[in-house]
Amino acid sequence: MTAAPAAAHRAARSGAAAPRRDALVALAFLAPFLVLYAGFLVYPLFKGFWISLHDWELVGTRREWIGLLNYRDLWTDRLFWMAVRNTLAFVAMTVPAMTVLALALALALQGPGRWRGVLRSVFFLSSVFSVTVVTLVWQMVLSPDNGLLVPLFRAVGAEPVNFLGSRTWAMPAIALTTLWWGVGLPMALFLAALGQIPAELYEAAELDHASRRTVLSRITLPAIRPTVLLVLVLQIVGQFQIFGQAQLMTQGGPANSTLTLVQYIYNTGFRDWLVGYASAVAMALFVLMLGFSMLQLWLGRRGDA
Amino acid sequence: MAAGRGPGRLSDRLILGATTAFAVLWLIPIVWVVAMSLKPNAVLMRSTAGLIPAPFTLENYAGIVERATVPTWLMHSLIVAVSMTALVLILSSLAGYAFARLDFPFRRTLFVLVLAGLMVPEQAVFIPLHTIMSTLGLHNTYTALVLPRLAVPIGVFLMTQFFRAVPKELEEAAALDHASRLTIFLKVMLPLSVPALTTLGLFTFIYAWNDYLWPLVSATQADRYTVTVGLASIQSNFAFSEGLGAVMASAVFASLPIVLLFLVFQRFIVAGVAMGPGK
Repeated sequence: MTAAPAAAHRAARSGAAAPRRDALVALAFLAPFLVLYAGFLVYPLFKGFWISLHDWELVGTRREWIGLLNYRDLWTDRLFWMAVRNTLAFVAMTVPAMTVLALALALALQGPGRWRGVLRSVFFLSSVFSVTVVTLVWQMVLSPDNGLLVPLFRAVGAEPVNFLGSRTWAMPAIALTTLWWGVGLPMALFLAALGQIPAELYEAAELDHASRRTVLSRITLPAIRPTVLLVLVLQIVGQFQIFGQAQLMTQGGPANSTLTLVQYIYNTGFRDWLVGYASAVAMALFVLMLGFSMLQLWLGRRGDA
Repeated sequence: MAAGRGPGRLSDRLILGATTAFAVLWLIPIVWVVAMSLKPNAVLMRSTAGLIPAPFTLENYAGIVERATVPTWLMHSLIVAVSMTALVLILSSLAGYAFARLDFPFRRTLFVLVLAGLMVPEQAVFIPLHTIMSTLGLHNTYTALVLPRLAVPIGVFLMTQFFRAVPKELEEAAALDHASRLTIFLKVMLPLSVPALTTLGLFTFIYAWNDYLWPLVSATQADRYTVTVGLASIQSNFAFSEGLGAVMASAVFASLPIVLLFLVFQRFIVAGVAMGPGK
């Protein structure tokens, strides 16, 4: 205990707090979050795996240990694989388009000027609407009876396409809706990254009379590469979780052509009450997303070398 | 800024013009829906075309306020979003400060464990959360809607990053005056982090406001709906029995608070993602 006064003295002199008191303070600062994190994220994750090893009913008392049987069923479940395919297709439709559009808008709208600010807000505005409102708007826009596009079809003398009722067009229509809804955040991330590029780089390029294209490919894009990677990872993780748009616009139809993984989890768990099986699908989704994020990060890092 | 000095002013103007045209296209669906919400249902039965609400009526909105279901749902969403935002800000700044500035055993390990939580999508845990909340008997309460959302680690991560970037000297000056850690946190660090907290708060609010899957399975009684779930029930159940104008008006009405919030705070959203202190 003789060290304590000396330590306190030293701490007071150097301006750093005593380590032991720091640990207690840290505990007090961290405890509220950590308790919730353990209780509502870590524990549920393990509990979800535990549930997936059971034949478990949502309501009722049926809870029978069946080991990995749910996973074996999953392997041969046609609907599950269809949901995987649809989800992957949706990710492939949205992620590149979203990233390119967000980057293009950010490049066009970066910099000073009131009008640019207004336009930035316009493209961000659609992101604040809830999925219910967004899908309502786009169901109307795409409607073959009184949709916004109907006059265009009539003008060229064609029959309006029933986008959401078509196995070919339903998923692209949902992807388009998602693009309109979600481009704001990646655009804002790109704008932030563009704003941090040192002006000297551009001044040097200007002295060399570099063309706009050269500046873009030699200076701008390399400088924001980490942000491109970040946006891609966020987008992949985000779009994998598609639920509301498909659920509200097509209910997974027609003929399950827009059934996504999260919808399948929801339907299995909360419509059919097969919570054990739904948990197995949820674990599959988790592993799939984890794999894709890892792959993405690995590719990004390899590109650095 | 680079574009302004870049090669050729003309191409800049062309790009801005094209983007403006695109922005107009972008807004048309919204304008159209607002226009429909201001038209009498009888007119909409015949044609939904036209972006200008003529003939004009407020009867759709009057109906909403009269029936009071949408305002009730709005109130639920407001309570959930406001309390979630406040709690996320408190928890994240406390934990973020500890991770950034306090020295304690297993700091790095603990931080990595919290970051790992970023990889867990809500869909991987919403079924076990549902059974947990059933066991606790909390479904159809605000607690069930808010609590699980406080465990999301993104806020902790952002605040840790932010506090790390604050110059150490600011703290040390206060420490010389024998200020306690709590005092330093409250009097020095928090005031500095107002911009970061604003951005985090706005994103949390938007996220909470638009939450769909969790309220859908947790708040299942119609008198407990949040506005997102409530609007979905209008669309799918008694779809267009109230009339198209009424449905559109409820969507517009329900979006008003969040749009107003956005218009007031928009500069924090688009400019604030950088999240650096004093940039």
